[in-house]
Amino acid sequence: MKRMVVIAVAAVFAMVLGGAMLDLPLGAIDLRIPVAANLGESGVSHPVTAVLLNYRGYDTLLEIAVLLLALLAILAVLGETRAATPRAAHPVLQTLVRLATPLMIVVAVYLLWAGAFRPGGAFQAGAVLAAAAVLLHLVGLSPGWNTPRLKLRMGLAAGFAVFLAVAAALLPQGALLRYPPEAAGALILLIESALTLSLALILAGLFLLLSRDEEAP
Amino acid sequence: MTGGLLFALTGVVLFAMGVAGVVLIGHLLRRILAFNLMGSGAFLVLVGLAQRNDVPDPVPQAMVLTGIVVAVAATALALALARKLHALTGHLELPEDADE
Repeated sequence: MKRMVVIAVAAVFAMVLGGAMLDLPLGAIDLRIPVAANLGESGVSHPVTAVLLNYRGYDTLLEIAVLLLALLAILAVLGETRAATPRAAHPVLQTLVRLATPLMIVVAVYLLWAGAFRPGGAFQAGAVLAAAAVLLHLVGLSPGWNTPRLKLRMGLAAGFAVFLAVAAALLPQGALLRYPPEAAGALILLIESALTLSLALILAGLFLLLSRDEEAP
Repeated sequence: MTGGLLFALTGVVLFAMGVAGVVLIGHLLRRILAFNLMGSGAFLVLVGLAQRNDVPDPVPQAMVLTGIVVAVAATALALALARKLHALTGHLELPEDADE
């Protein structure tokens, strides 16, 4: 009974919302024009990166804070579980990962650099680096995740710390994260580099810390 | 009908399916998946509606990019909580309310 009611309500909701969308007029507010008009002052030439790191930089600042918070919460929930040392993988796997990792780092740096003028940026680069870190751990080449040490923890927090420092340094200008146009490009690159490192470590940490061995009940 | 509108309508369907799943499914892992389906639907609506013109609006795209990363973090946290629940009780379902 409950099942039928919920499904019926969801279906009606979908139909009403879909109908509303079919009636929706085209763009009452068109943000493409102001985005394009201010692109010259933003320090980058790709509109999505300009929105992420310049126009709405505080969203990205809060986002990296949320990510860090989620990772800290996971560490707190799972506690100091005794992690199993990763089983030594097959030598062929290890060799392949040794070959792939430098390539993945190159790809990540390219994505980071390309974010200024074409699709790319810190998130994509961080995801590639995180995949490399996960691969390295799974074949047993980087056991550092079992006992997160100071360097790892600093790396996790670096993106948020650098972003926050830039935001605090620019605060006397009167608005949060309003870059001076002549320094905007360099500041965005600095923030994005720190973000890439932290995002990679946080994303890899989300995966690897969750997959640690169950503690004995 | 433009492609963008099709994306948005698909997003609406996905969102409704996700809502029904979150309410109906008791198993926590599947409930987390349903929650992600809701999120994907919302992202599709945002991107699709912004894409109805020939040149897409970059602002919703950036918002969705932020949202995807936050959704990943929230999913990981939910999985960690579910795992802890499983370690403590041996079940992957929330206890039923007393009045049911």
